[in-house]
Amino acid sequence: MGKARAMSDTRPKSFQEIILRLQSYWAGQGCAMLQPYDMEVGAGTFHPATTLRSLGSQPWAAAYVQPSRRPTDGRYGENPNRLQHYYQYQVLIKPSPPNLQELYLGSLQAIGIDMDLHDIRFVEDDWESPTLGAWGLGWEVWCDGMEVSQFTYFQQVGGYDCHPVSGELTYGLERLAMYILGVDHVMDMPFNDPSAPIPLSYGDVFKQTEEEYARWNFDIANTDVLLKQFEEAEAECKAILDQAHVDPKTGKRIVMAHPAYDQCIKASHLFNLLDARGVISVTERQAYIGRVRALAKLCADAFVQTRAGGWTDEDAA
Amino acid sequence: MPDLLIELFSEEIPARMQKRAAEDLKKLVTDGLVEAGLTYAGAAARSTPRRLTLAVEGLLDKSPDTREDRKGPKVGAPEKAIEGFLRGAGLTRDQLEERDTPKGPVYFALIEKKGRPAAEIIAEVLDTTIRNFPWPKSMRWGAGSLRWVRPLHSILCILSDETGASVVPFEVDGITAGDTTEGHRFMAPDRFAVTGFADYEAKLKAAKVILSPDERADHIWAEAQNAAFAQGLEIVEDQGLLAEVAGLVEWPVVLMGDIADEFIPLPPEVLQTSMREHQKFFSVKNPKTGLIEKFVTVANRETTDHGATILAGNQKVLSARLADAKFFWENDLRVAETGGQAWLDSLSNVTFHNKLGTQGERIERIAQLARAIAPSVGADPDLAEKAARWAKADLSSEMVYEFPELQGLMGKYYAAPAGYPVEVASAAVEHYSPLGPSDDVPSAPVSVAVALADKLDTLTGFWAIDEKPTGSKDPFALRRAALGVIRLVLDNDLRLALDQLFDAQLLRHQIALNENGSVRDALLHDLDSEIADHGVIGAAIRTVLDHFDGDLSKHLEQVKDNLPDTSRDLLGFFHDRLKVYLRDKGIRHDVIDACLAMPNNDDLSLLVKRAEALSTFLTTDDGENLLQGVKRASNILAQAEEKDGVEYSYGADVKFAEADEETALFAALDKAEAAIKPAMEDEDFAAAMHAMADLRAPIDAFFEAVQINTDNQVVRRNRLNLLSRIRMICAGVADLSRIEG
Repeated sequence: MGKARAMSDTRPKSFQEIILRLQSYWAGQGCAMLQPYDMEVGAGTFHPATTLRSLGSQPWAAAYVQPSRRPTDGRYGENPNRLQHYYQYQVLIKPSPPNLQELYLGSLQAIGIDMDLHDIRFVEDDWESPTLGAWGLGWEVWCDGMEVSQFTYFQQVGGYDCHPVSGELTYGLERLAMYILGVDHVMDMPFNDPSAPIPLSYGDVFKQTEEEYARWNFDIANTDVLLKQFEEAEAECKAILDQAHVDPKTGKRIVMAHPAYDQCIKASHLFNLLDARGVISVTERQAYIGRVRALAKLCADAFVQTRAGGWTDEDAA
Repeated sequence: MPDLLIELFSEEIPARMQKRAAEDLKKLVTDGLVEAGLTYAGAAARSTPRRLTLAVEGLLDKSPDTREDRKGPKVGAPEKAIEGFLRGAGLTRDQLEERDTPKGPVYFALIEKKGRPAAEIIAEVLDTTIRNFPWPKSMRWGAGSLRWVRPLHSILCILSDETGASVVPFEVDGITAGDTTEGHRFMAPDRFAVTGFADYEAKLKAAKVILSPDERADHIWAEAQNAAFAQGLEIVEDQGLLAEVAGLVEWPVVLMGDIADEFIPLPPEVLQTSMREHQKFFSVKNPKTGLIEKFVTVANRETTDHGATILAGNQKVLSARLADAKFFWENDLRVAETGGQAWLDSLSNVTFHNKLGTQGERIERIAQLARAIAPSVGADPDLAEKAARWAKADLSSEMVYEFPELQGLMGKYYAAPAGYPVEVASAAVEHYSPLGPSDDVPSAPVSVAVALADKLDTLTGFWAIDEKPTGSKDPFALRRAALGVIRLVLDNDLRLALDQLFDAQLLRHQIALNENGSVRDALLHDLDSEIADHGVIGAAIRTVLDHFDGDLSKHLEQVKDNLPDTSRDLLGFFHDRLKVYLRDKGIRHDVIDACLAMPNNDDLSLLVKRAEALSTFLTTDDGENLLQGVKRASNILAQAEEKDGVEYSYGADVKFAEADEETALFAALDKAEAAIKPAMEDEDFAAAMHAMADLRAPIDAFFEAVQINTDNQVVRRNRLNLLSRIRMICAGVADLSRIEG
């Protein structure tokens, strides 16, 4: 903790420096520095390092950046604060340590928030993910009235009670960085060091893609194809989990929780795309969410049957 | 006598739960103490975002010793009975005492219990309290199993008297009670020890924590008002927000900031809602222009730059939020300027209820009913229909999607750009009213028509699919809808035949419910449409005759029997609501029943007029006279009718009158009838009842002087028919036989 405080003496100059400082801070707290999950997800929570690893009795501590997509939030890169593709920084520690709030505040200092000048508040925000069958209690953390993080104690995931309880921190990186860097429009934010030989802004990196995806998400994406893909992902997820736990080829016990969960993630994102295309009615919406939740539940069932999920040879006996 | 101080220190408790939690802490702990024999002089609980505190004054230092003289079995009772008694009392045989009683010698046991020290009892009570605390939602954390609203970190629990303070030894799930706490999370985070409540409160204040929520709220309100007044502005009062904000801070610091000019033209309700919901800001109004020009935010700390950084940050967040609101507003205006049809189209794809179809279909039904109601409420039918179609359009707008509580209001703002007149705009916002019993009732005719149509459509819809409220379950707020209709009718003094409106709308629902494609359903559909449009006779019959041959009667029966039952049941529901409503206005249930028994009881205004007149009248001497006169006449008549097995309803003739009193009664009845008839036509029930009351004296005189049961059968029948005339005359106002006493 002491080391982290020293770092805040200088203010970060760029978006990436804030990410680097978070990485360094949480590495210093003993978290495994994971990389983004290589699939389209709506939030960092979907990364199996959070969803699946919050299940079962095994201790866990990990942090990672997760690119996240929310097709309905696309504004063609014009809205100063809204993006269909953005980054979340995610920390998950199980069991939640008693000083998690202090650790979290330390991370804010590490990225240049002067605790003597700002107003940090923990405001009730119960988290619930209907698609993951998960909920927890916690807060949204406000810095001067702006929500900069979600802070959640997971109580249930995939229909399972979490025991021990994981503490989850999610930072909305763009918003947080814009605030620290004093930028009013996300596209104007320096991505790398402004004094670098080739300085790049967030807009240099993402303005064009925001336009492209906004058009595709809202008007072009072929809904018939998306619907078909949704059905396929759903079917594949179930098919994977229908397999026997013992692999006939190797003779080993291999429960394929992660490959099945990939299909669940796919289905969830396809649902988000269909939603952005406006082809899902209010009643259907609930049905689709229910279908994704059913997959998440099946994946959770499978994960607790794996070693990482706390399964032991004694369980088999 | 010692004082007890308890503080449960945790991570941030949701603001909305703090007040209740403090009350629960006080109740659970003090109840537990008293039950264990520890009485106290006073107790008070307080809360901040991070702590629940209970201070109990003048507690006994130990529970009193108790002695109980317990009666046991008779001497010589079976050994087992005596052993059982000894076990229960915790004594041995030699400790029992034999005493003589009228029933012989009996064993008695003297059970003495020593009092227990307060600390021991407190530890037990607090353990039970913490483990069973009634949080609306609680959680586990880490690897533990204790549940609290958020992780519980420390417990302060001390007993103090003039000799000093001592910690109550106590531990729950690894947390050991002590005599220390922490100050403000950022401004004074160090732990410190306390010796009693006064010391605790004072040290907290020094450590930048105001313990009392009321004191924090008062401080915020005073500071905010000062800041606004200094600039000639005023804070928009919001008690709910004030309480919430007081629960978000331990050391409130009020800051006032600007709203960027580009957002000030947004509707004030949009600014206010966005600021309250998202930022928990108070709105600051310019009383001269009525516009919201500034905001007040409450920080949780002082800073060296006097809040400049905090305020700048809040202002920035607000701008981002309002940019969203402006984006929705401008997008919505674009849709509105094309007439808003896109919204209505999309509502056709939104389900209202799985049995009652889409919002689009619902709007269509409401529009038809609003049109039908319009003439009775003085509204233009075309305008009422238009307004009904527009009233729900904003449910598709982006602003209402973001802020559902702005439904109706946005419809009002978007009406003018969509080319609608002011009546339509008002109906959009007013048709939801009245929501609660104290909510204003709209009076503009078009608004009234749409408000009635909306509520009646909902009520008849759920009656048609038999999903009525049961017990405490009323998921579609149908009781509120019925009360809304009642208030709309009464406050506007409307004369509506609700029965007919029910029937028409029930049929519209029936049409939709019938639509599943078969030929028979198509024919029924035609039948129902015709009846809905033209009533039960005429065109409807012709349509049916065109379509059916043999089984005509069966379908007609379905329409005749089935639907009226539903509408009668619904009217009964209205009458029940009306009874509650009138009871609150001091009208007795028997008075209401007496009026409900009269015809046209679906005309609520008439019903209430009757009930009010009767209720007032019964409190007067005349009322008592009327009641007694009628009762006396009715009783004698009823006995005779029962004995003779006939109903006496032929006109009595004055030529058979024998006594003067009898002739006088004839004259009095003629006079009363002459007064009552026009009064009833004018619905002047008070005047009618006055005239009836005047009959008391002639009736009494008649009974004094005249024997009804004479040997002359002609005279007897004539007298009974005379009584029948009294009964008939007086039955016009209400069924007085239902009045008690």
